[in-house]
Amino acid sequence: MNPITDHALIDFIYQEAALIDEQKLQEWQALFADEGHYWMPLTPGQTDPILQGSLMYEDKMLLQIRIERFFGKRTFSQQPHTRCHHLLQAPRVVARDDAAGAYSCRTAFHYVETRQDEQSLFAGWATHELVQQGDRLRIKLKRVDLLNCDAALGNIQLFM
Amino acid sequence: MGRYANNPAAIRALVREAEVHKDTYVDPELFVLEMEHLFANTWVYVGHASQVPNKGDFYTTTVGTEPVVMVRHSDDSVRVLFNRCPHKGVKVAAETCGNTGKFFRCPYHAWTFKTDGSLLSVPFKKGYENTGFECCEASGGMAAVQAVHVYRDFVFCRLNPEGVSFEDFFGQSLSTIDNMVDRSPEGKLQIVGGVLRYINRCNWKMLVDNQTDTTHPMVAHESSAGTAASAWGKAPEGTPKPMAVEVFTPFVSSYEFFEEMGIRVWPNGHGHTGVSKSIHSDYSAIPGYMEAMVAAYGEERAHAILHENRHNTIYFPNLTMKGPVQTMRVFKPIAVDKTLVESWTFRLVGAPDMLLERTLMYNRLINAPTSVVAHDDTEVYERAQEALKSRGRDWMNLCRLYDAKEPRNAAHFETNGTNELQMRNQMRAWAHYMTADMADTPAGSAA
Repeated sequence: MNPITDHALIDFIYQEAALIDEQKLQEWQALFADEGHYWMPLTPGQTDPILQGSLMYEDKMLLQIRIERFFGKRTFSQQPHTRCHHLLQAPRVVARDDAAGAYSCRTAFHYVETRQDEQSLFAGWATHELVQQGDRLRIKLKRVDLLNCDAALGNIQLFM
Repeated sequence: MGRYANNPAAIRALVREAEVHKDTYVDPELFVLEMEHLFANTWVYVGHASQVPNKGDFYTTTVGTEPVVMVRHSDDSVRVLFNRCPHKGVKVAAETCGNTGKFFRCPYHAWTFKTDGSLLSVPFKKGYENTGFECCEASGGMAAVQAVHVYRDFVFCRLNPEGVSFEDFFGQSLSTIDNMVDRSPEGKLQIVGGVLRYINRCNWKMLVDNQTDTTHPMVAHESSAGTAASAWGKAPEGTPKPMAVEVFTPFVSSYEFFEEMGIRVWPNGHGHTGVSKSIHSDYSAIPGYMEAMVAAYGEERAHAILHENRHNTIYFPNLTMKGPVQTMRVFKPIAVDKTLVESWTFRLVGAPDMLLERTLMYNRLINAPTSVVAHDDTEVYERAQEALKSRGRDWMNLCRLYDAKEPRNAAHFETNGTNELQMRNQMRAWAHYMTADMADTPAGSAA
């Protein structure tokens, strides 16, 4: 396997966010490794998703349920649908292990979610733990640290 | 004020036998009166003693919209103080929790207070000589809430110094707290794992009503729980059922399931769904847990404790509890159309960690701002908050299985799980405690 370039890693991060914004959510979910997780901690610097509370800690099955529901005919809180927008700062490759095919990137973001007349702005950092599987990269963990993760929040409907 | 202040007859007229006037949910004047009367005349949950284990530990919160601080005093008792400096009114304890040591210190002029609220010192004291200071209100320090009761580490208070006693207010409803605590092999709970905080733009009572509304889950939660059930249906045979699927799928149980589950009401607005069984009944056994319970309580008592499977218990006005999953929600009123939902989790001391894992998963999947189950509840609350103002109709309907002879003050009463009796029970208690400390108005002035 050829080592993954920084450029390829950074492209992957941009593409991943674009799939969410374009609501190609099945394609997005397929980016996750079979054992992959999406994690949104509840407290700054949180280290444990199992014995501490989180806003989200979802495996591929839970992500799949969320996506199917999003497009469901009787999903009343998605009538009309939510839309979202990611504005990413250039991702930084913060760790690489070419021998193991394991990479870590950190990306500051602004995320906007909108439904009906309401628009909400969130800020935070996404950390991607990526693994090389054949010619492709897969997400082992996408960790989303919201700046105000411990605040009293309204609905968060899509994926940051 | 408008129509309702000092007009108890007009307030009582908002609650009919099986209908409630929309003003109770949308009128800002009634919200102000709720904070002044309902949340002062009832015993309201403050916090859990495990949040303040050591002397000087404090936790700041609200009772209704009153800022209070719960603190462990030097004699180890738990005190509740109004979180207000008697000098210029500054909120004294600002952080959510911490340890204040032997005293609180106001950040404005450094007045200090013992952890029972009494005034410890005022700087530059000579300016107060011969002013009558020692006779004025401020010399009393931070006002302490007089009526505080700690029940098995759950701290409640009644802001009004006079009123119904703790025992008379809760009666047999305390059995839900008992059962949740007894589920620990050591008979002890700890608040852990952080608190999920969720803003809903609706009246606080809509959230309370929804806890015993058993004819909405199969409709509103078809999108989430129903999708989970169908996704699970496609899994290859023999796949172990994931914890998340166990948590989701009972929400789309049939009407018949919820009927048979039963509902039990107690006086003063308390009640619970899930008498014979509940949506938590069929969770997998956690390895090692039953063994620990039997070792602690003996075979018979351990089974009796775990056989109780209550779904939602309402402690009127704004606390709800799920014993079998060790979660608790507090519906904190902020405005007539805005409520903060706090979801807490408990560790059963001495029980395996996997129980806590399930509790946290439950709260995350069902109660978080990111919960696809909660999103559909919130959607209907917010649509109701908006549309209730319509001049098209004035009353909300609570007729389901209404019986003119249904008990009002029986120590406890059990019935069909889809009966709207508990919602009627709450609103009858609402009318009572809203007006309990209002002077009756002269005849003829009622609405």
